[in-house]
Order: sequence, then C-alpha cells, then structure tokens
Amino acid sequence: MDLLSFARGPALQWALVIFVLGSLWRLAGILLLRRKPDYAEPRSRATWRGALKLVVTRTWSRREFRASTAFGQSLGYVFHMGLVVVVFGFVPHILFIHSLTGLQWPGLPSSIVYVSGALTVAALVAALVRRLSHPVLRLLSNFDDYFSWLVTVTPVATGLLAVAHLGARYETLLAVHILSVCLLLAWLPFGKLMHVFLVFISRGTTGALFARKGAST
Amino acid sequence: MNTQRDPTVLESFQQQGLSRRAFLKFCAATASLLALPAARAAELAEKLAGMTRPTVIYLSFQECTGCLESLTRSFQPTLESLIFNTISLAYNDTLQAAAGEAAEAAREDAMRKAWGKYVLIVDGAIPRPEDGAYCVIGGRSALDLLRHAAEGAAAVVAVGTCAAFGGIPYAAPNPTGAASVQDLVGDRPVINISGCPPIPEVITGTIVYFLGFGVPELDAQRRPTMFYGTTIHDRCYRRPFYDKGLFARSFDDEGARNGWCLYELGCKGPVTYNSCATMKWNDGTSFPIQSGHGCLGCSEPNFWDGGGFYRPLSSGLWHGGIGEGLGVAAVAGVAIGGAAAVAARQRQKRITEAGKKPPEAP
Repeated sequence: MDLLSFARGPALQWALVIFVLGSLWRLAGILLLRRKPDYAEPRSRATWRGALKLVVTRTWSRREFRASTAFGQSLGYVFHMGLVVVVFGFVPHILFIHSLTGLQWPGLPSSIVYVSGALTVAALVAALVRRLSHPVLRLLSNFDDYFSWLVTVTPVATGLLAVAHLGARYETLLAVHILSVCLLLAWLPFGKLMHVFLVFISRGTTGALFARKGAST
Repeated sequence: MNTQRDPTVLESFQQQGLSRRAFLKFCAATASLLALPAARAAELAEKLAGMTRPTVIYLSFQECTGCLESLTRSFQPTLESLIFNTISLAYNDTLQAAAGEAAEAAREDAMRKAWGKYVLIVDGAIPRPEDGAYCVIGGRSALDLLRHAAEGAAAVVAVGTCAAFGGIPYAAPNPTGAASVQDLVGDRPVINISGCPPIPEVITGTIVYFLGFGVPELDAQRRPTMFYGTTIHDRCYRRPFYDKGLFARSFDDEGARNGWCLYELGCKGPVTYNSCATMKWNDGTSFPIQSGHGCLGCSEPNFWDGGGFYRPLSSGLWHGGIGEGLGVAAVAGVAIGGAAAVAARQRQKRITEAGKKPPEAP
C-alpha cells in the first residue's frame, strides 16, 4: 500500500471514527450535565430569543472594545471565512463530503479557493505572531493553543503546496495533505478546536441566562 | 574465418535504398520526439551512423501482447524502420518467423554473440512461486529466462505496466505471485516504460535514446523523465475547466458534451505521470481524455487496485464500509459522554448535599 492509499484509506477512516466518537463524547458529556437550579423569579421567559440574540450580537465587539480588538477579530474573521471557502467551496473537498454523506453542492472556481487558502495561511501566521508577541496573550497560551494552530494551518498549507506542486510530487503532497487532515480530525474533539461545535451552544446558553436575568445582551 | 563486419546503422539505411538525407531526417525527427536540442540531434546522427545495429532480445511473459500491438503503431520512428535499420531484433516470439526450438536456439546464439552488449526488452510480469511454473516457454520458466538474459544485457527495458510494476497479473489477490522486472533483476540497469499499453513513440524513442546516449534520466519509478516528467493533469487540454470548477458529472451530461473536466468521474490524471496529453496516440490523433473517458492511471504502480476507476481521487478508500464504523463510533461516543455526565451529576449531587449539612459544632 502506497502512502496515498494509506492516507485515503485506513488513516482517514480511523481519523473519522475518532472524530465522531470524540465529538459526541464531548457534546453528550456537556449537554447532559446537571444544571444549577435557579430559584429566582425570571425577568423574562423568552430565553430562546435571548439565546439567538446573543449568538448574533457577539459576532462583533461592543463599541468601547472595538478599537482594541479590531485587529485580532479581523484576523479571526479572515481565516474562519477562508477556511469555510476552502473546505466547502473546493470541488475535490465537496466530492469527499459527497462520498461520505451523499450531500453535494456546486463548487467555486479553483482560483477563488487558492486565494482564500493563501489569505487563510497569512491570517493564521499573523495570529500566531500576535500571540507570541503580545505579553498577555503569550502568558495565557498553552500547548492546546499552539497545537490547535498547527493542525489548522497544516492542511491549508499542504493543500496549497499540493495544487501548486511545490516541494514534492503531487501524489506525495496530496497524501501529506490528507494525513494532516486526519490529524486535524483526530485532535479536534479533544482541544480548543471543539469550539466548532460549542461556540453557538455556549453563546446561546449565556444569552438564555442573560435573558432570564433581564441583563442586557 | 568470417571477416565480414556487421553493417552500421547508416549502412543499414542505405542497404534499404534510403539516402543519407533520410537517415538524418530520421535522427532529427527522433531528436524532436525526445525534445532534444538541435546540437544533440547532430550528435545522435553521428553516433548512430558509426555504430553497428545493436542486438535486441524481446521476451514476452505474463502479458496480453497489447504492448507489442502498441509498438507496431509507432509512427516516428516506425517499428519497421527500427527493426530493419536501427536495431537487430534477434528474438520476439510474435514478430519472428522462426518458431519452436529453432527460435530458442537463435535467441541463445544471439545472446552468446552479443553477451554484455545486447538490449533486453521485457514485456509482461513474471510469476515467482513454484520456480516460476505458471509461465513456461520452451520448457524454461519466465523467471529463469529473465534472470539468464538479464545477466548479459547492457540494459533491461521493461515495456508496459506489467513488466514495470506487475500490472494486472500483480493485482490483488495476485494468484500467480507475479513480480515486476525490477523486483527480480533490479541490480541491472532497468528502464521502465510503463503504460497499459505504453505510448508507442515512448517505447521507440527510449530505445533510440539509449542507443545514442545510454540510460536516460529516470524518475523515482525508473521511467525516463523526458516522457514521464509531468502529470497528465498538468498538460491536459481540459485543465482550464478544472480551474474554473466546471466538471462533467456523468458521461452524457452537459458537462461531458462541453468537454469539461472529468475529475468527478474518477479521472486519475492528477496522479498519473505520462505523455498521453502531449504525444497522444495514433500519430497524435487523440488520447483517452480527449475521447471522453477519464485517465485510469495505467502507467502508475497498482493502478488496478487504486480504489475504482470511477471514484473521484478525493474520495476515501473505505475498507469494509465507513457507515458501520462511524455508527459504532457515534453510539460509543454518546455512551461514554452519557456515562461521564452521570458521574458528574452524582458528584454535583454529593457536593450539593454536603453543602446542605449543618456545620459540626467545634
């Protein structure tokens, strides 16, 4: 079995198994936790509306914090949107998802995906430089932050190298790209990348709590 | 004592009634095929003019004769030109007039006379178990014939994917224990010309290059980089459609009619190194992708076991079905998460109850 067949076969298969098992483990473990009873009279019973409102309003900073958070938040938007374009817009990726789920949608021109990929890598590198150069951020960062960054940037970078045929033969680069995706899938449920699933759940929970207490969202 | 020397390549041309000009045109066309600079065309002509026609032994083992069929359709240089003027084909069991013991004796005689200098061309895979009993020619196994012939060869040219990488006989479950030429005589200078079949001009071009300049530059699979240096995808005329995201989704949809990229239909062009997209077949008439079918990747190792000709390259190669595995993983994940939550709830309860107890009197 050559490296590409290994990457497309057993490696991807096991990575997906770990991804599904780990993600559901974490989600079930969190969602089935006992909630702390709140005996106070609720200020509002429209907790769902509060949850949805906070999910939307927390997508940008409040005015008083905007100047200090603009750079970091912009970087975050660039690489998150770039990742969405790359993962869900590139036809080979859509075909992979189709082979797994049966779902399919029209792809984007490759040039748009390549530009998005390059911007994503640039934004991720800038985010790492900021994390390393900012004294407070550096103090707050741990292994999870750096490893999560690494497993996020590697598939994008190897994917760009593969389509550009830079550094090695295409099939080797493709195999390395798929193996890096395997690493991402296997790590995602157990590190901070789990925010892929938890970000809106945690925001919604906070919003519902705020609504119940009558706090501003 | 026989003092008559063998004719040179140029003299062979002239004996056939061809002029020196025709010989130079042959060299120029071959150099052009090999993408050699003009100076090297003259060098090729000079070398071929002065050399006697080298002996070539062509052995066929586990194969379908498709490679030889392909070779007979070479347009430049043609097979006739090659065997009448450029090489001395001493043995090929399909093309030769002799048969049986006479043919085998002719082969042994030619090998003895040119020991250490002849070119050995091998077509087909070689079965190994039972001392190679699954492929026997004239009472000798293919394994024995190959090992003996390779010992005296200046170079071994493995023609076709079966000879180069095992090909279809090597495909799972490989019932005859087939092996490639390089697996068996890898210590000799082996040149692989893979393809099922290879492009005819790639076979003839490589042979002529070897006669003029020796073993060409080879890639990691021992294939001449002048023919196998780039992927079919890189040189495909449908590549702009790939870049635009325009793909045929079936063999008779609008995309197929418009000549869009065949990636979604399983084309293996991105991982297949060959010259099909540039040299094409039948004197540059067409190649499989131009005829509307995706590349099968036939010039790559294990192409027959690559997960299906019609599965896109980016799809997974699942072993035993992915659905069941993911289903079990999902159930296990929920079960472990649920158990963790129950344990956490009990811990929460214990803490809450401990908090309700009145403090003990000091």
